[in-house]
Amino acid sequence: MVKKAFKRVYIALILLFLYAPIAVMITLSFNASKSRASWGGFSMEWYAKLFNSPEIMNALQVTLTVAVVATIFATILGALGAIGIHAMRKGWASNMLMNLSHLSMTTPDIATGVSLMLMFVFMKVPLGMGTMIMAHIAFDTPYVLFAVLPKLSQMSPSTYEAALDLGCRPGKALTKVILPQIMPGIVTGALLSFTMSLDDFVVSYFTSNTDQTLSMIVYSAARRGIEPTIYALSTLMFLAVLVLLIIINKRTALEDVM
Amino acid sequence: MVQDMRLIELKGISKSFDDGTEALSNIDLYIRKCEFITLLGPSGCGKTTMLRIIGGFEYATTGQLLFEGKDIAAVPPYRRRVNTVFQKYALFPHMNVFDNVAFGLTLKDANELVPESRPAKNVIDGWILKMKHKRALKKEIEKRVSRMLKLVKMSGYEKRSVDALSGGQQQRIAIARALINEPEVLLLDEPLGALDLKLRREMQLELKAMQQKLGITFIYVTHDQEEALTMSDTIVVMNSGRIQQIGDPKSIYDEPKNAFVADFIGESNIYDARMIRDYRVEFCGTEFECEDAGFGENNPVDVVIRPEDWVVGNAGEGMADGVVKSVIFKGVHYEMIIELDSGDKCKVHSTVMQAEGSRVSLSVIPFNIHIMKKMQQVPPAAKEA
Repeated sequence: MVKKAFKRVYIALILLFLYAPIAVMITLSFNASKSRASWGGFSMEWYAKLFNSPEIMNALQVTLTVAVVATIFATILGALGAIGIHAMRKGWASNMLMNLSHLSMTTPDIATGVSLMLMFVFMKVPLGMGTMIMAHIAFDTPYVLFAVLPKLSQMSPSTYEAALDLGCRPGKALTKVILPQIMPGIVTGALLSFTMSLDDFVVSYFTSNTDQTLSMIVYSAARRGIEPTIYALSTLMFLAVLVLLIIINKRTALEDVM
Repeated sequence: MVQDMRLIELKGISKSFDDGTEALSNIDLYIRKCEFITLLGPSGCGKTTMLRIIGGFEYATTGQLLFEGKDIAAVPPYRRRVNTVFQKYALFPHMNVFDNVAFGLTLKDANELVPESRPAKNVIDGWILKMKHKRALKKEIEKRVSRMLKLVKMSGYEKRSVDALSGGQQQRIAIARALINEPEVLLLDEPLGALDLKLRREMQLELKAMQQKLGITFIYVTHDQEEALTMSDTIVVMNSGRIQQIGDPKSIYDEPKNAFVADFIGESNIYDARMIRDYRVEFCGTEFECEDAGFGENNPVDVVIRPEDWVVGNAGEGMADGVVKSVIFKGVHYEMIIELDSGDKCKVHSTVMQAEGSRVSLSVIPFNIHIMKKMQQVPPAAKEA
């Protein structure tokens, strides 16, 4: 009993430590008073202000455009890449591709951001929305790749041959037999990469020029002196990512059952 | 029925994989129209590779593959008039039973299934014709699918998900899916391997009946010798990438060409023997009269005697005496191991039981002594349980 109680307290402490700051932020976003020290009553004022700020609405548009476009490209690239790697004979080449993709997922954002910026400058590509999208595609693609690969290995290898056997050309076998079977993985990968794009600050910061994403707004506002509007904005971003992650987890759990 | 028409011919087919292993070496084989031919051998003997070459999923390293006399080595699988029932069925899990079976038809040219009734008079007439054609096509596909499902006794399962079917039912759907394209040849890769014994026996008879009804060629791969004997018109016994013997079930069983075939097909006693002269052979320390000639004089040979061909008698009244070492009841008969005085052990099947440890005699009539050219010793691992 004591052991069990101890376990629970321990977990509660960890969760408290992790989520207390966010809870504080969410609470303050509903605070009518501007002060961080006193509770001036419940208010939606900051949320209203948020939606009336042209700067923030513009940033929302930039964030969503970058995330959607990058997700579309990353999903296509990642899914095709996964099919290609899966079809390769297991050996040093496929191992190298997998490890490189893992590496780009674990590289610190700052290194990814700086190196991409350097590359764009070196190649004389003007920084802006375009470069930001390209950068997002670069870090999103591995997430799709690793969401699709397990689906491919679960697939019976003879279903592709069966499709050919029954009269499909290779292209048709891909669309009629392989894609429908790996679609759950592709959707999970797309959701993951959308989340990553929404979430990103560092890479966007280095690869954009005047276009600002929501996280960049939060960052620059924090430097000017923080306003409760930013708490409201951060709360909404936290909730958006939370919802996406819950959907992704539910999907993977469902697929594991099936 | 053209009995002697060569539908498929393999000429000097060899296959080596990239890692250097040789799966097939110099295979010569022809397959007649409407034949039920079985490729039989232990796992790793190259039988599945051969099937995959005929299906178009593997390419031969050397040699020719002829279909009705034309080389089809470069023809991709989707253009071969051959369909396959895969070992693990390979049904499409994202489709229901109907869509799985109809899959091949939906890929066909629509005009081939339902010919256009007449040329369109004008644009609107063209639309109407198109709609009518679409409806007729749907009906035709439904008709053919239900005919196929009836053939494999799966009518009424159209809307089921394939994951919800048992192994035997999935097997039937896989067969229906492959047959709906009306192939010239159906390739079956150990299709009954995952089923239990009773179901397997039922399916064997059903498959054979289906093949006779449809009148198409079946090429069947199995490692189960009983399955091969039950269903086949022709059996091709294979081992380590080579054909050991081709023949009908009876000749394969009765006249095995070498010790491998004798050992693999049914149970047998194989003895080291010496051909004294024509019609005279010595083994188990005794001279026997036999019906074979042409092995030379005093040459070493292998002799095969099936366990049911040994006749047990009272000690001293047969050709060789021995002691009963063990007796196992097998249902229809007893299986006994009898050690002859020469030290040779004989497996004997008899409906009469002898007591363990008792002295008996063994005899065999000349017709049941099969003499084969000596070949290298077959390692016991080559025989599958």
